Amino acid sequence: MATARDVLLLESQRGRLSLARSRTASAGLLLAAVLVAAAVFAPFIALADPTAMDFQAPFRSPTRAHPFGTDNFGRDVFSRVLYGYRTSLLVGTGSVALAVAAGVPLGLVAGYVGGAVDHVIMRPMDALVAFPAVLLTIALVGVLGTSTAVLVAVIAIVYLPIIVRTMRASALAVRAEPFVEGARARGASDLRLALRHVLPNAIDPVLIQASILMGVAILIEAALSFLGLGTQPPNPSLGLMLADGRDIMRDAPWVVVFPGLAIMLAVLSFNLTADGLRDVLDPKGGGG
Amino acid sequence: MGLVRFLARRLLLTIPVLFGMSVVVFLLIRLVPGEPAQVILGLRATPEGLAAIHRDLGLDLPLHRQYVQWLSNFVTGNMGQDYRSHMAVTVLLRQRLPVTLELASLAMLLSVVIAIPLGVAAAVRRGGAADRTATLLGLVGISIPDFWLAIMLILFVALELGVLPSSGFRPFGEDAAGNLRSLLLPAVTLAAGLAAVLVRMTRASMVDVLSREFIRFARAKGLRERLVVYKHALRNASIPIITVIGLQSGYLLGGAVIVEQVFDLPGLGSLTVSATLERNYPVVQATAMVIGLMFVAVNLATDVAYALLNPRIRAQ
Repeated sequence: MATARDVLLLESQRGRLSLARSRTASAGLLLAAVLVAAAVFAPFIALADPTAMDFQAPFRSPTRAHPFGTDNFGRDVFSRVLYGYRTSLLVGTGSVALAVAAGVPLGLVAGYVGGAVDHVIMRPMDALVAFPAVLLTIALVGVLGTSTAVLVAVIAIVYLPIIVRTMRASALAVRAEPFVEGARARGASDLRLALRHVLPNAIDPVLIQASILMGVAILIEAALSFLGLGTQPPNPSLGLMLADGRDIMRDAPWVVVFPGLAIMLAVLSFNLTADGLRDVLDPKGGGG
Repeated sequence: MGLVRFLARRLLLTIPVLFGMSVVVFLLIRLVPGEPAQVILGLRATPEGLAAIHRDLGLDLPLHRQYVQWLSNFVTGNMGQDYRSHMAVTVLLRQRLPVTLELASLAMLLSVVIAIPLGVAAAVRRGGAADRTATLLGLVGISIPDFWLAIMLILFVALELGVLPSSGFRPFGEDAAGNLRSLLLPAVTLAAGLAAVLVRMTRASMVDVLSREFIRFARAKGLRERLVVYKHALRNASIPIITVIGLQSGYLLGGAVIVEQVFDLPGLGSLTVSATLERNYPVVQATAMVIGLMFVAVNLATDVAYALLNPRIRAQ
């Protein structure tokens, strides 16, 4: 039986040749890979302990010793950005993985089974998408409390209907394909049809969506932490750095310029990956 | 299916969405870990205060009765009171709503004025300078964090150049020029994301239409290029563009939540954030419900506009 992981592997093998051909996808993937590596190996790359204060060297503008300068406590901004990436990517992968893990089965069942089951699954999803994502995130965080873990869970809740809808629409389209009918005529069970035939052929739009949502999650984590509703100090977060930096940005603009550029670069890499995936997996639709 | 039947069906479809929305907002306060009244009052909790909140929220009733009570109060305009300032929530909303609406409209206007001509120019001369600008705007605009763009505008335009205010708000009635000056940077911030989506859609839609037979025919019969592009092509490319404008205007409301906070504008968004930070739940519920309602209304209007423009959709 094909598991979701097998499907992902299959997809990555099938797409590899054409993926190399798509320049946007390779640029996006390369950039994303570099950023993930920077976050994972932050302890080895960082020039200083991100929390180490140096009262001899506050407000240093960017130099070779401090490529992104230092803040009002003399902390190295470059090292802090690296550790901030860890939080961004943790929230991004955590929330998207949760939403995909719950959303793909729900969407597959809704699209494949249809009827009353479809309604039971989809109506609560409609209620969740009735709010702008940022608003729903803020309201839920306000109720459940402010921490990075809550943020992951809340973003996953906000993402769930998006994944379910994408998976459902795609499963509906694939279910009507002749090859599914053929397999059914050969006596395949519903379970086998859904997992073996519909799921592998319907997962592409979910992958594209997941890549976009990774970028959006990084934006939401930064925005909420900036507002004081996400990651709490002393934990590192790019959004928190921007919030703290606002008070001293006239004297040290680099404390707000670099963390923001870092967020943008991360979001850009996932958007480029999504664009490239769309070109490779779905040459007919979208883009232009 | 006729237009009237389509509209009737579309309206009926909003009823379960509104119901679900109200359930989500109602349940928000019930999700609070621990005793909500205690959390709301915090250290200032007195037995009388706790009892009053219990009564207001109807916490001793069974859950479904609580919901009915809350909803009927809400619909009749009794949205409870702000537990900090003791103002009625409806009064607060009436003060804050116009600021958010003005900000969102201004942002919408800016992004349409920039994105549509740029998208058209990009589609007409693919690979040209306008096309490269459009691609750049399309990618940067959706990747740039809006609150960071806000900070950059405050730092470099407001503080360094000193041409526009960095925060605060002047009501239009008191000082029209000051009102526009105070809203210009927030509106530019909000417009960036929308313009990015819009420029991509305009370009894609125009590229598609420009490759059609009737455009070739219009050119072949010697029509001026301006006329072909702006009259024949843009008109036929407008349906997806208008749909995107409609759908995205809902997201402006979400973006306003953050942008208002950064620029210190007294709108619905900054009210939501400060109420959330203060655990002022009646206000959070009311703003979530009002912003949600506007979102649903905008989506409904978009679908209706879509059906009016495109007769085929009604047949489905």
